[in-house]
Order: sequence, then structure tokens, then C-alpha cells
Amino acid sequence: MRRFVDLRLRPSINDPDQVEGMVRKASELGYGLVGIPLPPNVTRDKVDQLQRICSNAKIDFVTRGDLTPKTPGELLQDLRRFRRRFEIISVTCTSRRVARQAAKDRRVDFLLFSATDLHKRFFDHAEAELASKALSCLEIEMAPLLSLSGFSRIRLLSRLQREVAIAKRFNVPVAISSGVTNEYLMRGPHEYAVLATLFDMPTPHALRALSEDPLAIVKRNRKKLSPDYVAPGIRVVRRKTGV
Amino acid sequence: MSKRVRRRYLALKVVCEEPVNGRDVMGAIWNAVLQLFGEYGASQASLSLIEFDPQKNCAVVRCSHTALEMVRASLASVTEINEKPTVIQVLGVSGTLRALRKKALLQG
Repeated sequence: MRRFVDLRLRPSINDPDQVEGMVRKASELGYGLVGIPLPPNVTRDKVDQLQRICSNAKIDFVTRGDLTPKTPGELLQDLRRFRRRFEIISVTCTSRRVARQAAKDRRVDFLLFSATDLHKRFFDHAEAELASKALSCLEIEMAPLLSLSGFSRIRLLSRLQREVAIAKRFNVPVAISSGVTNEYLMRGPHEYAVLATLFDMPTPHALRALSEDPLAIVKRNRKKLSPDYVAPGIRVVRRKTGV
Repeated sequence: MSKRVRRRYLALKVVCEEPVNGRDVMGAIWNAVLQLFGEYGASQASLSLIEFDPQKNCAVVRCSHTALEMVRASLASVTEINEKPTVIQVLGVSGTLRALRKKALLQG
């Protein structure tokens, strides 16, 4: 059976009741793994608390850092500081230079663009080419599709249609996440998959963008963050004991 | 001989802060279909309400089988009824009412 993933649930992490409600709802809706964006200075206790809430709801939890750098230099600095602290790193690209740097850096997992300011969506052919070489993934948030209406939703849909076509052409994986801040905007994976048909993503591709594609990234990063990992293809099999 | 019309029945659960009735639910669904697919799309959906249980806030709606994806997308895009935040969840889809009820019973 498919394991569905929502890598961007956005409850207020200082409100355990809201986190619990949203995690329980995600579990009810059929998700097996959720990611919650955490601030860079998050404490170990807070992460443990979130982990506990998720394990009570029988759902896997992924720590995720969302970076919003203003310059490419700031992005590199943030990546050096935070890459090993989170299982998933996503970069919200606020300028073209940041977007290009994020797309070519292998430490970046997800490229995220503004849903409201369409001038700040920099996912074009050049960006896709860089992203496909660096194995980064385009992330599409579904919450704006539900909250926007009228002309702004039409423009967003049209932009998403173009981006999905570019991603397909350059073999850039796409991940669909919710990005919701409250329970009333949460939808099941099949609902997101049919909503994805609005931007010309066939349902089987959308289901893959909600399960296999993001799961592969989580699995890859967990392997890299494990203490036994040395380099691609090299890992510690056994340690010498009794010395 | 004309071809038999194929339909899909959807069991829905309406989660809303305030009590709602079947008319409100259908109004919201029609609005969503109209907003996303326009009048031409809505004309192809053949949407109708089969039953609504106000105690359980569950509904059964019928649509044309070719419009199923369109209707599901519209259902997912409903965010409010009577200006109150609302979610419409699809509990099950089936080709016959009998199979749908069986599925719904199995799901509890």
C-alpha cells in the first residue's frame, strides 16, 4: 500500500493542542509521514515533544528547516549551519539569484516559491536544468489553491501549469505538500491529487508527488544523517569494540 | 439502442462549525464546480443530492462517472458554508448505492 506524505504541516509549534489536532487529522486522512517546519533555533525538547505527539498518532515525523535567505551568501551560510540539524531543508526563493544558488546546491531538498507574489516564482528552464542536476525537488503548496479565489487563483493555476510542464521536461521531481495552518484546510491525498489535475498534473503523477518522490528524499537524507554514513556508497558496517 | 448512463455515487462527510442542511451543502458544491470549471463544466457533472443525514452530517451525491475527478476537485475546494469554515471529506465512491452503503458500513 502507498505511504502518503505531507511534508509541510504548519501548526504553531508552541501550541501542542493545535499540533496534536492537525497530526491526528493527518493520520485520519491517510498520511503516514508528516513534516513540520521548525525554526533554526528549535530546542531538542521541542523536537522530542513533536516526535511524541506524532508517535501517539501513529505517524512518522520529519524535522524540516525552511530557509528564507535574502542573498546567495546568506543561503550558503545557513546551509553550513543548519543542514545537519534537519532531515529536510527547503529554501523559499525570494530572488532569482537565491533561486539559482538553491537549485544548484545538493544540500537543498525542496525549492519553494511564493504563491501570492507570482513575480517571485523563478522556476523557469534554467532553474529546472540546475535543479535536475542537483537532485532538488520543486515543492507545490496546495493551501493557496484553497484560500485564493477568482483572478489570483486563475493566475496561480496558469503559473503552476507552466512550472509542472517545465519540471516534467527536465525530469525534476515534484512534491505536493499542504502548507496548511489549520485543520479546516487539510485535505486527503486523493483530494490533493484531483486538485493537481487543475494544473495539468495527471492523477498518477500527483499521487507519486504525494508519496514516492518526497519519501525517496526523506529516506536518502536519513541515510546520510545516520552516524554510519561516510560518503555515497560507503558506510560503516561494523565498529571495532573493546579497544 | 442508447448507451446506459454510468454514474458515480459519493458518500460525503461535512465537517462544519454550525449545523448545515442538504440545500446548503449542495449550494456550496455547485458554487465550487462553477468557480473551478464554469457553467459548461457544471452542465456535464449531472450533480444531484441523493440523501443527507443532518445527525451524522453525511451526504450522498450522484454525478456522471466522466465528471468524477471534476466533482472531487470541487469538493476539495469547498472551504466554507454559510461563511463558516467547512471541510467536505469523501468517505467513499461507488457505482451503485448498494455498494456505497456497504462500503460506508464497513468504514463505520
